[in-house]
Amino acid sequence: MTVVHPHVVFVHGVSPVHRLPGREKLVALLVFIVAVVATPAHQVWAFAAYGAVVAIAGSLARLSPGLVSRRLSVGLPFLLFAFALPFVGGGERVQMGSLSLSVAGAWAAWAILAKGVLCLGASVILTATTPVSEILRGLSALRVPGVLVGIAGFMVRYLDIIVSEARRMRVAMLARGHRSRWIWHARPVAGSAGLLFVRAHERGERVLDAMTARGYGGGIPEALGESSAPARWLETEALPVLACLVCIGALVVERGVL
Amino acid sequence: MHIPDGFINLPTSLGAATVAAGGVGASLRQVGRTLRDRAIPLAGLAAAFVFVLQMLNFPVAAGTSGHVLGGVLAAVLLGPWIAVVVVTVVMVIQALVFADGGVSALGLNVVNMALVTVLVGWLVFRGISLLLPRTGTSIVIATMVASWASVVAASVAFVMEYALGGGGQVSVATVFRAMVGVHAFIGIGEGLIAGLVVSAVLAARPDLVYGAAIVGVKGAQRARVGRATIASFVLAGVTAAVLLLVVVAPHAASSPDGLERVATDQGIAGTAVDSATAGSPFADYGISGIENQPLGTILAGLAGIVITFLIGGLVMRWSSRRPSREEVRS
Repeated sequence: MTVVHPHVVFVHGVSPVHRLPGREKLVALLVFIVAVVATPAHQVWAFAAYGAVVAIAGSLARLSPGLVSRRLSVGLPFLLFAFALPFVGGGERVQMGSLSLSVAGAWAAWAILAKGVLCLGASVILTATTPVSEILRGLSALRVPGVLVGIAGFMVRYLDIIVSEARRMRVAMLARGHRSRWIWHARPVAGSAGLLFVRAHERGERVLDAMTARGYGGGIPEALGESSAPARWLETEALPVLACLVCIGALVVERGVL
Repeated sequence: MHIPDGFINLPTSLGAATVAAGGVGASLRQVGRTLRDRAIPLAGLAAAFVFVLQMLNFPVAAGTSGHVLGGVLAAVLLGPWIAVVVVTVVMVIQALVFADGGVSALGLNVVNMALVTVLVGWLVFRGISLLLPRTGTSIVIATMVASWASVVAASVAFVMEYALGGGGQVSVATVFRAMVGVHAFIGIGEGLIAGLVVSAVLAARPDLVYGAAIVGVKGAQRARVGRATIASFVLAGVTAAVLLLVVVAPHAASSPDGLERVATDQGIAGTAVDSATAGSPFADYGISGIENQPLGTILAGLAGIVITFLIGGLVMRWSSRRPSREEVRS
């Protein structure tokens, strides 16, 4: 029942990347990730180029490499799956010592590791340099349905409160001798989760009452729908466009057109 | 179960994104029909609850812990259409704000964890609550079974996506046994916790449980979830999981099953060959030296699950360390 505080995600700082508007950064992230995912695994040089792109973006954002690499650890479970692939993969096999490894499995493992780490790195740079409100504004500018952005806005705004509520419950349980070790200890945890739902709902009712008293009649509150800052497409998209060129190059080489 | 970027190829991811957009769009229309826009703050708080629920670690064994997906729990508490919308919002924020789950894989994750879990789970929930008397206890039991089914369904959806767009030419039967086998056991935990959470809400505010109102449970009726209920649910879950491993999995392995058929029809099957561990002691999920085939399969399956949980526990212990001082300060 450890709970990490959500606001540790954004890293305050002054950098060219921090200043870019949310919509453009979201598009940049999406373009970069599509380029990386579309690249054939055999073109190893392309992944080195993407690594350089992520490194440039990270250094422009003045993020410490240690922080970025620590944040990469959320992708661990699937990377474990990648390590199993050379053993369970099919197709042609090579003998390495006493191990028989699948060639296709090894390439797939490499692709998952390389693509996973590069995309995660890019995502970490976006999340560390963009306040949540700016991401929501960007989503809204990208025509994501207003109800979704509105719900996300309320969720993010009250997340801290629900998290601290969960923490207080945990402290209270620990103070009364709760141990969280075996599955039969799950009952009090589940009970407090149920209580957390009731409290979250009651908080929502109070928020709604307060908003209604101030004249809210439904719809999405204005602050979330604000127009984004003036477009700075060229500045933001330079690196993703570079990645696209690398991707096209890799596809051309892979198909043997040249 | 959050799929990262680069795990499933681009065409499959885009296809899933289209399905996800359609499903979420339909849910939004349903929500709009039954609720007014006024409910946005309430849905936002519910989303915050689901988000925190997915961060809570529930004890499993020897200090290891797991967390719940919460799709069925959200459906029983809020109704299926809002649940789809709320879980989708949680996944979008996880991907874009917390870098948890891929951006290009967002469609896959929404299909697996918002659409498939909620829709399959809700159908099972309604089906079971029709069979049982209209009491709070029935609601809890239906939630448990539906949650189990939803986790298994989500893992089947993952296997289908892997068959369509995963790398490495791993035979679909191997992935099926590994993913569905493990999740049939993980689902027991999900069901247990979802049921206990619903019973806690029924005790405190029965009017807040949408599933109970739909089924027509009389208010203020406490759910009785004693040791007997829990024990029989766990027993039924283990039986179902073993049956999946023993009856369904060998069938999936011996003849080209539906998934491989789909993959072959799409011309992307590659060569589904026997697993590379064919010579290992757990080859074909039977332990060599044990003649009794079903028993060997069960033992191999259980051994695989124990190993999976040990590795998972180690990873969990390593990755759920306290936030560093730098992160706390910022």
